[in-house]
Amino acid sequence: MHKKPLSKQIYDARWCYLFVLPCSILTGMFVIYPIGMSWYFSLLDWSGFTKEAKFIGLKNYYEAVNDEFFWDAFIRSFIFMFGTVPVKIVLGFIIAVFLNNQVLKLAPFFRTVIFMPVVTAIAIIGIVMTFVFSPFNGPANKFLMSTNLTSAPIDFLGNPDTVLPTVMGVYVWKWLGITMMYWLAALQTVPQDVYDAAKIDGAEGYRLWIHIILPIVLPFAIVIILVEAVGALNVFPLIETMTAGGPFFSSEVMEIYIFRTAFVTDSGTMPRLGYACAAGVFWGVAVLFITVLQGLWMRRTRRI
Amino acid sequence: MSRYLNFIAEKNQVKYLIITIAFIIFSFFWIYPLLWVLSASFKTDFEIWGGLGLIPDRLVWENFERAWFGANMGRYFFNTLIITVVSVIIVVVTTGMFGYVIGRYSFPGKKILIGILISTIFIPQGYTIIPVFDLLNNLNISKNLIGLTLATAGHTPVIYILLFAGYFSRVPVELEEAAKMDGAGFVRTFISIMLPLTKPVVATVSILQVLHAWNDFLLPVVITLGNPDIRTLSVGVYAFKGEYFVDWSGMAAASVITILPIIILFLFMQKYFVEGVQGAVKG
Repeated sequence: MHKKPLSKQIYDARWCYLFVLPCSILTGMFVIYPIGMSWYFSLLDWSGFTKEAKFIGLKNYYEAVNDEFFWDAFIRSFIFMFGTVPVKIVLGFIIAVFLNNQVLKLAPFFRTVIFMPVVTAIAIIGIVMTFVFSPFNGPANKFLMSTNLTSAPIDFLGNPDTVLPTVMGVYVWKWLGITMMYWLAALQTVPQDVYDAAKIDGAEGYRLWIHIILPIVLPFAIVIILVEAVGALNVFPLIETMTAGGPFFSSEVMEIYIFRTAFVTDSGTMPRLGYACAAGVFWGVAVLFITVLQGLWMRRTRRI
Repeated sequence: MSRYLNFIAEKNQVKYLIITIAFIIFSFFWIYPLLWVLSASFKTDFEIWGGLGLIPDRLVWENFERAWFGANMGRYFFNTLIITVVSVIIVVVTTGMFGYVIGRYSFPGKKILIGILISTIFIPQGYTIIPVFDLLNNLNISKNLIGLTLATAGHTPVIYILLFAGYFSRVPVELEEAAKMDGAGFVRTFISIMLPLTKPVVATVSILQVLHAWNDFLLPVVITLGNPDIRTLSVGVYAFKGEYFVDWSGMAAASVITILPIIILFLFMQKYFVEGVQGAVKG
């Protein structure tokens, strides 16, 4: 078939271009442009609040990689990811397996309850949890003490050793409903006849799950892990409202570090948008790198 | 949505009962923090720290009065409402149009456009927040709701577009051809034939965007740093914590004002929430 010239093709599709325009402009303004600008800003010595900005090349990057707070936050973000994602995946799977039973009459109710924290504003959860885990008569400590599990109140959010596990626990609680929904969607794709046939063949209990159902839901598992892993690196609102990175920076993840260097001025330091952008770019590239790695792994596994 | 893998047999009553009871206990603990804040919003400060019980001695409505008027939550409520409603309209219209074209037509540059979109999926919000803040300042819309609303709508998750595109691509071609025969143009076909067919996607996308806009924190906290008047509810409660940190019951009431509307919406429209969430892994 003879192909139309490009200009004619473009003219014919003029409505198409008009239709993609509004969304493209918005995405361009608030996603694409900021990505480009943050690279540029990262090369400036700039407070963000004055017009004076000095081009200093890669000095911000040099400073970041030599700052131990930067690396502490960097590593902490990954501790957060590796500590929460497996728990969510496994726990979400177990709950989904139970709630996928038709016989369980209350399953829709349980599903609603477990999903409830997901729709609750994350900043509010952070604030409410500072009450719940308060060492001064907070409900968590009250419960532990009335059941004699501890004799003295635990300062969950005030102790550098307990703060990160506590925040991670709250994170799992807040988002487990989503993981459960993903798994329920995955389980829905197991064909009923495969399941029935396997049962007739005498596959029971764990054998049924390992040999029949897991292979079917595995491709989903990979997507779920990818989505969850990226999600676990975006925890700014929860940590900012629960601890603001404290005590003594012991719960400061990358996003809090960026926010602190960019905007927080209580300690008398000047805000430094240029430097924060450099940290952000470094971080964004690291996340992208991990995403690409996971994506490759995903493609390889799917091909098998 | 009706495949079940029943490993709990109906005849095994004991196992059934144990699982049900275990789940009831689990659910109670799971939901306890939310019930606790709801009950705290009706208690006095003294009573909040008194015990684990959830039933207040008497309903202290003054907590809500203090939060709504004293801490300005009333204003923040309407700010959040405006941002949410307007951003939902913007998002549904723009991603609907985009998804329609992507799902049904091919045109030069389409692949590049999709490629760019997909590549933005995994960009952390923290990465773009500073230039967004700067952009709104330069456009002189950082001090009113316009900037915040546009930025909220601009952070459109690609998933919305994919949901629309997937749905539109499944609409039979005959419908479109029939419309063309009747002399309907591109825009009219879209508005009067196509859009009404996608009501379920419109509902799903709207719900997801409501959830996102109402609960967003990083963007509004940065944009409203110097402008308390345009704070959203989440930012308002956070600021409340800083300013009146001894007024626990007022803060609980402010929290309830923030979370209750969405929880009620969720309870009534659960189906769309679930579809939206599951769309992310199904696609």
